[in-house]
Amino acid sequence: MPRVVTVLGDDISTDVIYPGRYMATVLPSETPQFAFADHAELNAKLKGKQIPPGSVLVGGQNFGCGSSREQATSTLKGHELVIVASSFARIFLQNSINLGLRIVTAPGIEAAVGDELELEADAVVNRTSGKRYPIVPLPAARQAIIDAGGLIAFTKRRLVAERGGAAG
Amino acid sequence: MGMTVAEKILARASGRPATRAGDVVEPAVDLAMSHENAALVMNQFRAIFEGTGLEAKPWDPTKIAVIFDHRVPAESPKTATNQKRIREFVVLQGIERFHDVRGDTGGICHQVLPEYGYVRPGQVVVGTDSHTTSHGALGAFAFGIGATEMASVWALGYALNIEVPATIQVVVEGDFPSHVGPKDLILHLIGRLTAQGANFRCIEFHGGTIRRMSTSGRLTLCNMTVEAGATAGIVPADDETLRYLREEAGVEEPTALVTPDADATYVETIHIDVGKLEPQIACPHTVDNVKPVGAVAGQRVDQIVIGSCTNGRLDDLAVAADILRGKKVAPRTRMLVFPASARIYAQALDKGYVADLVRAGAVVMNAGCGPCLGVHEGALGDGEVALSTTNRNFKGRMGNPTADVYLCSPAVAAASAVTGVITDPRIGPRTGGN
Repeated sequence: MPRVVTVLGDDISTDVIYPGRYMATVLPSETPQFAFADHAELNAKLKGKQIPPGSVLVGGQNFGCGSSREQATSTLKGHELVIVASSFARIFLQNSINLGLRIVTAPGIEAAVGDELELEADAVVNRTSGKRYPIVPLPAARQAIIDAGGLIAFTKRRLVAERGGAAG
Repeated sequence: MGMTVAEKILARASGRPATRAGDVVEPAVDLAMSHENAALVMNQFRAIFEGTGLEAKPWDPTKIAVIFDHRVPAESPKTATNQKRIREFVVLQGIERFHDVRGDTGGICHQVLPEYGYVRPGQVVVGTDSHTTSHGALGAFAFGIGATEMASVWALGYALNIEVPATIQVVVEGDFPSHVGPKDLILHLIGRLTAQGANFRCIEFHGGTIRRMSTSGRLTLCNMTVEAGATAGIVPADDETLRYLREEAGVEEPTALVTPDADATYVETIHIDVGKLEPQIACPHTVDNVKPVGAVAGQRVDQIVIGSCTNGRLDDLAVAADILRGKKVAPRTRMLVFPASARIYAQALDKGYVADLVRAGAVVMNAGCGPCLGVHEGALGDGEVALSTTNRNFKGRMGNPTADVYLCSPAVAAASAVTGVITDPRIGPRTGGN
């Protein structure tokens, strides 16, 4: 069962997730090293592969606010983290869906580092505290992008339907 | 049932007679803007075409704009190489709305787009920058998207899965007191709404104060609507918009205005009287941590920053020059000024503002994003304090997570530059005084 690796508060900005000074790095394969670069301890654990894929980062409200930089999504995706938060900022939410970063909206989510979270279809269950937090589902139109395997695959399919060509 | 401006624009762009908040549409895009992050958009664009046997050509290169602003001139070989790759791409694809690192036509994307008449009322504008909301100042529906989503727009010509936002109506009345203006209004509004108060919503501005406000002030307002989480901010286009397009952007063809219906539905209406508004300050480390200037007056400031897409226009520089003319920046404070565009820089030279600022001790930098996002220049030292007319004060924003950034108007920034501490411009050094 996935464990919580860190708990952050409200309004965690993309400047905190991926500081602006690393924005010249655009390749998704190169961005993970700068995740939470200004949080030395968390950054070191991520870079040192001490956090197993599928681990959960818990946020408060408005997670991912601020800049539209997609590196803030690819850097977390690179570590295969799951983000559970009370709510997400719009552009970050959209970027996460487009790149396949798993995000879960669970209003009021409460957890401590080390708690075990079970991610059910309609709720997040904190097995350590025993509390259950219903999930706000994604709008159907967004779910379609996830089902297609991300926006590149979704658009590729649309493009081929419109212009012809091979299904790739 | 009537429609808001956002509902009308998205209905037209998605070929429907009407849309309602909550509808999911795929609006045709009239203008697609990127800056240096076009380097990532290009990669994702090629990935979309990979394996299809189709040639990787954008749907319409005349509707794509690329403006270098975040790191100009390049600060590293990496950035310089990204910029080189983008230059090659725009030539290959025939993208003519390209603004390179130049002292005559360069500048910040959110200033260049209006200045060159690329943005028009009623358009759908997308940009790989969260402050794309700026362009609502000309009555467009403009919003930020990620790089992969932009690659999809380049391929298809429309945006996917856009939820028509519900709209918050903000009605502003009254005349600004001396040394108070649009920046104070938008900081006040963000403080009231909170950083997430307008998430997934549009903010539509109305009232006599807005009707009398210049396009420059409207750009300041719409620019920062994203700091309350808004998808877009819109000032419905009017005579001032037409004047701006004609006189400042050189647009000669007739322009249709999109205005909301009298019976449009708003989720919330907020009334603001600016007659008694005080200068406002957003304190570290969130933009909604807003206080009247008096609450933090006297705070030591190491670096004053005036400029950016929020407050780097000619009227902003005029306010600063009026306060600093014949005075000096405080001895242990440094002042950085960066105009929003090369055109504004030239106008400020002609008006003598640059000379006033330089003689006072300010460092006037080239047009661009400058120190705003801590990627390029003007970084802060450990524990230092900046007072800035930019739009974000998140931890680490100006390149140092141990530093504090306060946000304010050009009047507060200029008055504080003289004293070296946060100063109320109604009391401290001001135009013609002291």
